[in-house]
Amino acid sequence: MAIAALSFYVFAFITLFAAVNVIFTRNPVHSVLFLILAFFSSAGLFVLIGAEFLAMVLVIVYVGAVAVLFLFVVMMLDVDVAARGKGLARHASVGALVGGLLLVELVLFVGGRFSSLPTNVAAPSQPIPDMAVRSNTQALGDVLYTDYIVLFQTAGLILLVAMVGAIVLTLRKRPGVKRQDVRKQTLRRIDEAVELKKVEPGAGL
Amino acid sequence: MLEIGLGHYLTVAAILFTLGVFGIFLNRKNVIIILMSLELILLAVNVNFVAFSHFSGDLTGQVFSLLILTVAAAEAAIGLAILVIYFRNRGSIEVDDINVMKG
Repeated sequence: MAIAALSFYVFAFITLFAAVNVIFTRNPVHSVLFLILAFFSSAGLFVLIGAEFLAMVLVIVYVGAVAVLFLFVVMMLDVDVAARGKGLARHASVGALVGGLLLVELVLFVGGRFSSLPTNVAAPSQPIPDMAVRSNTQALGDVLYTDYIVLFQTAGLILLVAMVGAIVLTLRKRPGVKRQDVRKQTLRRIDEAVELKKVEPGAGL
Repeated sequence: MLEIGLGHYLTVAAILFTLGVFGIFLNRKNVIIILMSLELILLAVNVNFVAFSHFSGDLTGQVFSLLILTVAAAEAAIGLAILVIYFRNRGSIEVDDINVMKG
């Protein structure tokens, strides 16, 4: 029990530390690396409460794909690091006001209200099975492929649309770049490629 | 202190959410940081869903969290693609410069 509590505090602290650094670090590359750290340690938090599949999805999909995508874009766009921080204080005061109020509201009213689950909630519609009998991944698959199949397919459609959209947005034809055109090459005729010249002997061209 | 309950997780998620909102206000120079703040906000939402799922013994929260992850990934991909073409056209991604649609 003590180890679980200790792990919770360690993971939570690392998550929040990394989140603070995502915002305040001047170099965007460092920001992305701290974002990866935040995802990683919150995956640890997920493991602690038995959501193993989501933790692995977070590590593989988020750390492996999304964060690396961010890293690529940050490195592709040549962002001026030194220019950041100008006019910071003006926006920081507004942000601190909104953020502080939000934090007080959330912690006081939500964190205090739900320090333990209220007793009058309805019975769970999809009870979590015993981990020793059925693992978290199996249990998720059981409901995902049966009761939530429509949502699951919709999620796939969303990803498809996002992929098509991203490709359509970033694809461009650059003028003035020589490319190989196989169709043009194979359709080339001998009479438009080679020209025979009658040259008089000794006269030159 | 040793008994980790729902409140602990909700507090962590609340702080994470607030940091994300604060990051959106703070960064006027770099849209990428704003996208990262959005990811932090969605992560906080996921922590909430998973915590409620575990402490109420209901698997639905985890299914919903999975769908949020999907939408967040799609949003990140589209957002970064828009950012790339914006940078290609304007040569800058500073938030203060983005006022083309201003009337």
